[in-house]
Amino acid sequence: MSTHTISVLVEDKPGVLARISGLFSRRGFNIDSLAVGPTEDPGRSRMTIVVDCAERPLEQVTKQLNKLVHVLKIVELEPDRAVERELVLVKVKADPAVRYQIIELAEMFRAKIVDVGPDALTIEATGSPPKVQAMLELLDPYGIRELARTGRVALARGGKGIADKPLRVARPA
Amino acid sequence: MGATLKVTGAQSLIRSLEACDVDVVFGLPGGAILPAYDPLRESSVRHILVRHEQGAGHAAEGYAWATGRVGVCMATSGPGATNLVTALCDAYMDSVPLVAITGQVPSWAIGSDAFQEADTTGITMPVTKHNELVLDVDRIPGAIAEAFHIAASGRPGPVLVDVPKDILQATTEWDWPSTTDLPGYRPVIRPNGKRVREAAALLRSARRPVLYVGGGVTKAGAEAALRELAEAAGAPVTTTLMARGAFPDSHPLALGMPGMHGNYAAVAALQEADLLVALGARFDDRVTGNLATFAPKARIVHADIDPAEIGKNRTADVPIVGDVKLVIEELGGAYKAAVAADGAGDTEAWQRACAQWKQRFPFRYDQRDGGPLKPQHVVERVSALTGGEAVVVAGVGQHQMYAAQHFRFDRPRSWINSGGLGTMGFAVPAAMGAKVGRPGELVVAIDGDGCFQMTAQELATCTIERIPIKVFILNNGHLGMVRQWQELFYDERYSEVHLGLECPDYVKLAEAYGALGLRCDRAEEVDATLEKALATDDQPVVVDFRVDTHEGVFPMVPAGRPNDEIILGPEFTPEEQAAATRREVRAG
Repeated sequence: MSTHTISVLVEDKPGVLARISGLFSRRGFNIDSLAVGPTEDPGRSRMTIVVDCAERPLEQVTKQLNKLVHVLKIVELEPDRAVERELVLVKVKADPAVRYQIIELAEMFRAKIVDVGPDALTIEATGSPPKVQAMLELLDPYGIRELARTGRVALARGGKGIADKPLRVARPA
Repeated sequence: MGATLKVTGAQSLIRSLEACDVDVVFGLPGGAILPAYDPLRESSVRHILVRHEQGAGHAAEGYAWATGRVGVCMATSGPGATNLVTALCDAYMDSVPLVAITGQVPSWAIGSDAFQEADTTGITMPVTKHNELVLDVDRIPGAIAEAFHIAASGRPGPVLVDVPKDILQATTEWDWPSTTDLPGYRPVIRPNGKRVREAAALLRSARRPVLYVGGGVTKAGAEAALRELAEAAGAPVTTTLMARGAFPDSHPLALGMPGMHGNYAAVAALQEADLLVALGARFDDRVTGNLATFAPKARIVHADIDPAEIGKNRTADVPIVGDVKLVIEELGGAYKAAVAADGAGDTEAWQRACAQWKQRFPFRYDQRDGGPLKPQHVVERVSALTGGEAVVVAGVGQHQMYAAQHFRFDRPRSWINSGGLGTMGFAVPAAMGAKVGRPGELVVAIDGDGCFQMTAQELATCTIERIPIKVFILNNGHLGMVRQWQELFYDERYSEVHLGLECPDYVKLAEAYGALGLRCDRAEEVDATLEKALATDDQPVVVDFRVDTHEGVFPMVPAGRPNDEIILGPEFTPEEQAAATRREVRAG
């Protein structure tokens, strides 16, 4: 088992998210994260799906996704050839005694303090999955009260877009 | 453009069906779909009023199986639509081209739990190839055109179009789209030439090849090309439950059906083969048994129009995506070229081994004089007395296996059943649909007593709409296949499988529906009964064949076990079983 990031270009039609998430559950796959939003082309959305599975089942789910009429293109983004980011909002317990330590820590990760309360701070952080993970681990001892993550979004490095690239895993022959 | 024509959404819907050359719709009206039924009165489309929406769905499937065209069914919102779900799922599993049209509550009421509201597109999403909720009256022709295109092309399947009542009542300008715009839907039709040549080279050098033929071959209309290829390559052919009739059973290269209740010769040939050429087949668990031990010596050529089938269950050495008719034709050409370049392969010893297995380990049963009537005997007599000139429709269970085993299928599209989903109750409505699609043919449902009772109400439809099907019930008073499993795997502890031979009285039930009802419980009377049934063409016929409760379906590979553990059954001696397990081939 390993984590794969797939980028799915879809027509922005009603129910398309349900079709895709339903397909994953019906075929017995767990989605780690799924981020969806509009693209440069109105009428098209991009979904970035992180799924934890072996190579062969991944090929099967990709082929099944490809059969959905509203799915236009699927590409697996390999970590070393893609830019991957995630945004998190994290509310950390912050008594006055430790507040500055937390702020310092946030600054090290180029994160921002976006809300301050008497006993808590809310931090906004963006970064690659390992960076975000590292920050959360360091914040954990202070007491994370609440956490919201967007899930991973990703684009391939280089000048080309998803629509220009050949499918990596979807065409067996 | 000339003057535009103002129509209602309902008129637009019916015109769209006409534009798709629909000749018949199976359906049942209700509140939300009501507007569509009004213009239907003036339409060239024949509507057949079923007694239950599931019947409409299976009838549309039977029509599609029999004709190769798209079957159409129609139902109202809520329970009408949910009653279609079984048929949609059945069509999805068996790749049957189907368009289902459902009414929906008015668009402004969607989400309010209105009367007869159900999330039809949500419910049917995992059991359709595609579906759409139409929320703009102008969209109706486009949605219908796309539905027919998607249902019939690529790997066929069911498509559902859900139309709210207010959209059917709204006014629009009639505008039939000249093309469909589906940027995300482009089935691969043409096979990759390099792959085809690789497959041809493997076929040429194989000593023990088997053509493993699935339902895709019939869907592609590739039967003639298949026969040519098999004969050219001297390759034995096995036809799955979905493909009975795709290759003539009477052909010397025919191995019959593979799988759990398949011919011994077919099962043995797959286990011994050095090459499988899978054509429109999907390595279903009922064929492979335990997957890890299936066809262990074989390299795999896998051709299918659906890329997702290739490598799903068994890794393919040569994957070929494309229309299987084109694949077979091009493979035939490439095979000839390979032979011209490198000489012909030699499969003669292999053909002899297969023929020997066929001859030594056939389907065997013991119909004794004066003994209980054997279900296999009934099927054999149906096959003999019709000369194989019939469209045979089955439900699911023992009777389905007897029909698949003992009817001699020599013609394409002469076999219709519920393969993947295993839907009890399929036969009567599917036979009705098949008869509507091919009215000139004899259509025979070989059914079980359990199955028959699930959808028998469509006999009323058959009588009133003058659709004279024959229904031969192999009545053993039980859920026979479940009983067989309890006998074999649950220590003969029979739990909830007894239905009773006498209730209902099938003869009286038939008569109540306006059908001819007959009964037969003795082997000597089977022919006379069948002759009477076959001579009746002005009303449906139901025959209650009282068959031996204790008969089981054999051979059998227990579920999940290796095909090597095939059980020939009680009609074979331990020595014969041992020889079969060894896959013995006698010299000479």
